[in-house]
Amino acid sequence: MSIRRRIATVVAAFTVFAIAVMIWAPTVGSTPISLMRAFDRSIPWDDNVDAQIFFVARLPRVLAGGLVGATLAAAGVVLQALLRNPLATPFTLGVSAGASLGAMLAVTMRLELSVLGVTSIPLASFAGSLIATAIVYALASSQRRGLSTNVLLLAGVTLNAFFSALILFVQYLADFAEALRAIRWMMGGLDVASYVPIVAALPFIVISLVAFAMMSRTLNLLSVGTEAAAARGVNIVGAQRLAFVSASLATGAAVSLGGPIGFIGIIVPHLVRLMVGSDHRIVLPASALFGAAFLVLCDLAARTLMSPLEIPVGVVTALIGGPFFLWLLVKRS
Amino acid sequence: MTRNANANTKNTKETKPLFLAAKISFFVIFVSFVFVFVAAQTPPRRIISLVPNVTEILFAIGAGPQLVAVSTYDVEPPEVRSLPTVGALVDPDTEKIISLRPDLVITYGSQTDLQEQLKRASIPFFDYRHGGLDHIMVTMRALGARTGHADQAETAARGLQASIDAVKARVAGKTRPRTLLVFGREPGSLRNIYASAGRGFLHDMLVVAGGEDVLNDIDKESAQINTETILTRKPDVILELNAANQLNDADLKAVVDPWMTLSSVPAVRNKRVIVLNGPGLTVPGPRVIDGIEKMAKALHP
Repeated sequence: MSIRRRIATVVAAFTVFAIAVMIWAPTVGSTPISLMRAFDRSIPWDDNVDAQIFFVARLPRVLAGGLVGATLAAAGVVLQALLRNPLATPFTLGVSAGASLGAMLAVTMRLELSVLGVTSIPLASFAGSLIATAIVYALASSQRRGLSTNVLLLAGVTLNAFFSALILFVQYLADFAEALRAIRWMMGGLDVASYVPIVAALPFIVISLVAFAMMSRTLNLLSVGTEAAAARGVNIVGAQRLAFVSASLATGAAVSLGGPIGFIGIIVPHLVRLMVGSDHRIVLPASALFGAAFLVLCDLAARTLMSPLEIPVGVVTALIGGPFFLWLLVKRS
Repeated sequence: MTRNANANTKNTKETKPLFLAAKISFFVIFVSFVFVFVAAQTPPRRIISLVPNVTEILFAIGAGPQLVAVSTYDVEPPEVRSLPTVGALVDPDTEKIISLRPDLVITYGSQTDLQEQLKRASIPFFDYRHGGLDHIMVTMRALGARTGHADQAETAARGLQASIDAVKARVAGKTRPRTLLVFGREPGSLRNIYASAGRGFLHDMLVVAGGEDVLNDIDKESAQINTETILTRKPDVILELNAANQLNDADLKAVVDPWMTLSSVPAVRNKRVIVLNGPGLTVPGPRVIDGIEKMAKALHP
């Protein structure tokens, strides 16, 4: 089978799976609803509980879950290739810690501004992720010409630790209820109950996903080694910059939408590699699609398992992801 | 053998002073027992409260003047604002507490480390934990007995109970609107909604004020719920607690607006999303009655 045919087949299979999950997920929940009623336009919107459950409570969540899951999984693939480190996640380079610090400050300072319907916490977390990205980028490109992936990794990890310390400090100074709210935000949550934050995050995510798609071939070469890639005529520095900036931008937007939901960015890429091999032209789209389906399913568990209570979706991904990943490790070795 | 004999002679020799020493030590023990007994009977004169609502209770039963320090979160009644602060729930300043030589420290149930340290320093403490509405009266009486204000505490507890009963009587027989009592969410959106569930003083306040808690079946003090739950439970009234003293019309609109998304919920459709203002609404102390009155007025206008 030619590589083109293989890519097409695998991506088509994953697309079907992701779409099936995304169609099925909003039809199930803690309360049974009548889809007939939900889509019946003759019933006034204000009287149609089923429609509101479907279109307000469930559909935005499913869309947000799909978007965040796809972004985090794909960003994980990009960073693992860029840093040539299987342990890299979208959060390795400080983006999520910056976003969390931003959200934390918005909560404790009781910021209540909103821009075009986007509220203070998503705005502040996105700003935080951009600042963190800028700092890491400046540090990694200051030493010599180009981007040092070693400095990138060390700067990212250090910045993560530093921001985490700042978060703890702000949390310590904060009021009890505020600290609790900020902690809750860090557990991740997709009950957006509105399409506004999704639409706001969409452009950044789409631009980054397009950038990802364009560099799948380069990532194959980069993951082997920079020398090998350079020998093949790849503009290393440009490729690294593009990879880092687009992955950070996408992660920042995803985190501002759903909070720092862990494990997606590491288990999904590895799982997909186990299934389809390590060619980034397949791994990248397959991870994005599988990540979307995985997070939507985790969120389905989050909103139904303990209903009417809500389980933080980050807790679900960790509870499923952690043991599963360990099993995977043992099984491989 | 020889050693034993020696010891015996020594013993007989020292019998007299030993007897005297025993007498003295018995006397000392007796005196200190009396002292401890008396001390236990004398009401504490240097109280430190680390729990703001208990501070309010202490003032309500007349033990306020005995306070020498409070927690960093204490603001009510105004008298406490001039008192030194000694940390709070998660960060009590043990050194400062001990240096103030308190004879009673009010601690929260989860402050086990602090309680251990107080035990080691032989400082008595009163272990408090939030409970239901009745627990406020229970705490009043217990602290009254402990601080030498039993009568005042009894009067305060009865007064509060009478006010509560008056509200109960007023709303008795009226239809109880199914109510969602919200006390926290992300500003400007319907994310991370925290509501009072089937237990605790907020739930009890709602019931006294003549409402039926839509989260009755959840045996927790608070629950994080999602929009689907609200759409399914269809509350007739949504009461939202807001710590601000007063909201202007624009701010009020900003608080209420996000709810409009859920237009099939009766509370939203009938414009019965009501914001209750006041920093004291979530404080289980003597001011609960203000909160209950506000809730009753909102539920049964």
